[in-house]
Amino acid sequence: MALTVVRRVLPNGLTIIAARNRLIPAVSVAIGVNAGASADPEGAAGTAALMALVLDQGTAAYSADAIADQLDGRGASLSVGAGRQQIVVSATCLVDDLDAVLPVACDVTRNPVFPEAEVATRRGELLTAIREAADDPGSVAVDALNEALYPGGHPLGRPVRGTAADVSALTRASLESFHRRVFSPAATTVVAVGDLDANALVGAVAGRMADWAGTSAVATAPGLPPPVPGRRLIVRAMPGKSQADVAYGFVGLARSDPDYYPAVVMNNALGQYAIGGRLGDSIRERQGMAYYVFSSLDASVAAGPLMVRAGVAAENVQRTIESIDSELNAVLLHGFTVKEVDDTKRYLVGSLPRQLETNGGIAGFLLSAELFGLGMDHDVRLPAHIAAVTYDDVARVVRRLLDPSRAVMVVAGPWTGPAE
Amino acid sequence: MHESTLANGLTVLVQEVHTAPLASVWCWYKVGSRDEGPGVTGVSHWVEHMNFKGTRNIPRDQVKGIIEQYGGSWNGYTWIDQTTYLETATADALDRMLFIEAERMVSCLYEPADCESERTVIISELQGGDNDPEQRLDTEMTATAFKAHPYRHPTIGWIGDLKTMTRDDLFGHYQRYYVPNNATLVIVGDVSTDDVLARVEAAFGPIPPGTPARRTTTVEPVQEAERRVHLRKPGTTAYWRAAYHAPRFGDADFFPLLALDGIMSGAAGLNIWSGGSVPTPQRSARLYRALVNTGLASTVGGFLAPTAEPYLYALSATVADGQSIAAVERAVLGQIELAARAGVTAAELARVRAQLRARFVFDGGSVTDLAHQLGYFATIGRWQDWHEVGARLAAVTIDQVNAVAARYLTADNRTIGIFEPTVGSAGETR
Repeated sequence: MALTVVRRVLPNGLTIIAARNRLIPAVSVAIGVNAGASADPEGAAGTAALMALVLDQGTAAYSADAIADQLDGRGASLSVGAGRQQIVVSATCLVDDLDAVLPVACDVTRNPVFPEAEVATRRGELLTAIREAADDPGSVAVDALNEALYPGGHPLGRPVRGTAADVSALTRASLESFHRRVFSPAATTVVAVGDLDANALVGAVAGRMADWAGTSAVATAPGLPPPVPGRRLIVRAMPGKSQADVAYGFVGLARSDPDYYPAVVMNNALGQYAIGGRLGDSIRERQGMAYYVFSSLDASVAAGPLMVRAGVAAENVQRTIESIDSELNAVLLHGFTVKEVDDTKRYLVGSLPRQLETNGGIAGFLLSAELFGLGMDHDVRLPAHIAAVTYDDVARVVRRLLDPSRAVMVVAGPWTGPAE
Repeated sequence: MHESTLANGLTVLVQEVHTAPLASVWCWYKVGSRDEGPGVTGVSHWVEHMNFKGTRNIPRDQVKGIIEQYGGSWNGYTWIDQTTYLETATADALDRMLFIEAERMVSCLYEPADCESERTVIISELQGGDNDPEQRLDTEMTATAFKAHPYRHPTIGWIGDLKTMTRDDLFGHYQRYYVPNNATLVIVGDVSTDDVLARVEAAFGPIPPGTPARRTTTVEPVQEAERRVHLRKPGTTAYWRAAYHAPRFGDADFFPLLALDGIMSGAAGLNIWSGGSVPTPQRSARLYRALVNTGLASTVGGFLAPTAEPYLYALSATVADGQSIAAVERAVLGQIELAARAGVTAAELARVRAQLRARFVFDGGSVTDLAHQLGYFATIGRWQDWHEVGARLAAVTIDQVNAVAARYLTADNRTIGIFEPTVGSAGETR
């Protein structure tokens, strides 16, 4: 069952995409702007994250109170999230409320005023979130791994939420200038999915966005970091914690890489399929060491990390790292089994209808298809991309991406280092 | 909506939804952590884990992939009143999903080695939770708020019991509660009702009925005085919360209190599985305005879940960087006392009604969520409750909201919990 998608590019460069979904009488709107934390200025990590928090706190046409009245009285939800490559304004409402909610979502994107008092309040919110992350072994481990894989001020080396030092120094002017620099119609895609005619949805968005003028710097993809010189263990001791988080990883590949689909299959078989793929079989099912163990592949505009994560007791940290090494060495030496590759491919194709069931799921899929230039029939063509992945393709990306002798490992938690 | 009961007592609910080629199957059991006594806390949750480990007709090494072959996903959860399992996949996997659930009901293996290996997985799950200061605080507060009712112990169990429980404890619990006349099977999706019923009969009909254990009926005594929990541990952030004894879902006070919660902290809806996957609208909520907009707290929240017996209504705040716990407590209690003394406005009630009406729609935003809602309410009450939430909400009056504010939000009825960080927990690099 293919999606029926309407896509229109306005004269000002803004792209509108809509699809009808009849499951519930609601609409989800996702406004994606192609600039996220990767565009944070040097020494100002967290700019995109703070901007996301202040963006919907007042516009030229709507004060913060007016936004609250307009949305809360209808049960509509509006939120803004900053990722590495995109800032996304998300709105969900009942079909009948779209006429009231859409103008707010569009105005928030186009005309935020960043009230001084709101900047101060939301900066405090973000600083609190940064402190909370510093107490969370999972966040500490992931941050340290990113910093080690992407050193020297690389945009992927710093957390999207920023650092306390940088965020403390952000001002209203920082946000205004960031908005002016990166927000423009040509950098923006509006996706609307719900129980309304798709052409009518496109028309409603066009009515709110067609007169938006302006240009912005074209976002450039961050380049590759320098190669990791060799295997390295980083310990972040957090003695008050109950268990340790292990993050073990490599630089992965970009979404545009010809090896992307083989890498997706490899990642699924390694650390996702069923309960955590091969890694789950070993570390959770056979050895009973972890409630969660999985791998993740962040292939985006830039080559994000390929990461293995596990939460384990301090006394099992070494055995966990050895088990990850041993599973990686096994696939390097012997490859996955034909059955593993076939099962994973069947799963990735078969799970597509679930991914494309809800308004939010469809909107996210289409926004990402637009960001990566995959076409509006990507849902129809995706199965063939997966089917075309051969056993040899998977073996090739295993050799290309997985190399325990160059792994960066971070352990955050009540563990102070390897026993002598 | 179709409801029927098999001869062995299994309740079957079927709803056809043809918007996507999917079906979701949930099997619900009336057993949760409230059915556990001393020595075996956490047994229901551990049993849930064991019920993914192979059955007489699904060998251990064929569990992996059993639903993934159809592109499907599976999961399960245990909470205070219930244990549930689900699969969602394309509708052609219906027989497979029913087969898995029928096997799970009577044929799980409980191999001793698997029980042992899962013991440490669950201890790891518990310790991962303990890494989160808010979860630690919740556990302590719940155990303090309840003196007698088994809602007091955490669903995952106390660590001492997790270390000592035996395979026979697990298997006995499984045999006692996993009988068709203690279960509700829900199927929602791109199916035809008659066809589903025939397949259900074939898969579940041969299972003999059992005698489900009688559930405990402890009534928590009325709380006589405010209780306090003050955790002092390494950390970076302070958390404040209050938990009030609250009415059960079937009580006439539940919906007025749900409306009050919406006014205080934003309407979160009634789907504890996915929360409708939509952020709670909070901009107009009293606590959000009094604490987040003033910079005292970085987040505020409210939690009132539909439960079979009276549970807790919790309000929470994350103390913002540079603010004091005392100032946050003064501000929240000030708002609570204001609501209890002066009540709410008609405009606030109208706004929260609109919010909840929308939330109830979002709560059923997928076949998986729809099946969850039907099964959840069938397990803590009746499935029809899910269809009646709109009417119960519409009937709420401002006098009822003001009455529950005055009745429940009292000092004597609450447990206040504070997490106060001592030294920072992030260490040095080596």
